[in-house]
Amino acid sequence: MEVFRNNGTLEITELDPFLAELLRQIPISANPDAVPAAEQRIYSAPAEPNEKEFCAEWKIYVEPELRRLFQTATETVASDLEQLREKGKLVANGKLSIPREHADAWLNALNQARLAIAAKYEFSEAELCDHYRSPIGSRRDLSLFQVNFYGFLQEFILRELNCEGPALPNG
Amino acid sequence: MHVSPQISSAMQSPEIVEEVETNEALDLPWQVVVHNDPVNLMTYVTMVFQRVFGYPKEKAEIHMLEVHRNGRSVLWSGVRERAELFVQQLHGYLLLATIERSN
Repeated sequence: MEVFRNNGTLEITELDPFLAELLRQIPISANPDAVPAAEQRIYSAPAEPNEKEFCAEWKIYVEPELRRLFQTATETVASDLEQLREKGKLVANGKLSIPREHADAWLNALNQARLAIAAKYEFSEAELCDHYRSPIGSRRDLSLFQVNFYGFLQEFILRELNCEGPALPNG
Repeated sequence: MHVSPQISSAMQSPEIVEEVETNEALDLPWQVVVHNDPVNLMTYVTMVFQRVFGYPKEKAEIHMLEVHRNGRSVLWSGVRERAELFVQQLHGYLLLATIERSN
């Protein structure tokens, strides 16, 4: 897989089917509906429980706005991910172009997915820092790999957002 | 006694300003606190602090490291309404943020 910037577009090329499938999982993984721990993390409390009135108003007025914001981000990502499909099937050695104006949506959706997965599997800080864990022998290992892969993409997008210099492949 | 409109206006203005200052002073002890989260990337948190509070990178990094090392950092103090707005923006970036009364 190669990741680089090309005329204001973030390009991911030579995507093998496994990594393409992980990318395709971003919108699904970001959905916390079936996992109470993920829902609790993504829609965390804005104050201590003794601020009852504020927390109640937040639920009514702010939380729906956040839900819309997060949904818009995952929809943008899902739309970009359609590039990886041809006639409904995943493309081998696929290429994905992310327009620069979609970078914030990608950062948000990747973060939603990482938080939801980490909450679901209750990953410890030590596990999250273990970037070289292998082999992938269980669903839990795969999910940890997924969190770290999405983190790598976030780092790349952040670097490109801050980068003013010439476009260089990052490998 | 007749007071010209200009003088009347000048006499009323200081009272209005004083009232606003008093209200703000009463509403001052609120702070925006960001709590540690092992999932959010350090670079991401730094970027969010720069965007939401307009902090230079160095200051944003100091707060990010304080969150990482101490578990929390007070990012901003002031009137409640603005503190609520900051917390709302931070939640939009999926950070663990709360509004708290200062001690």
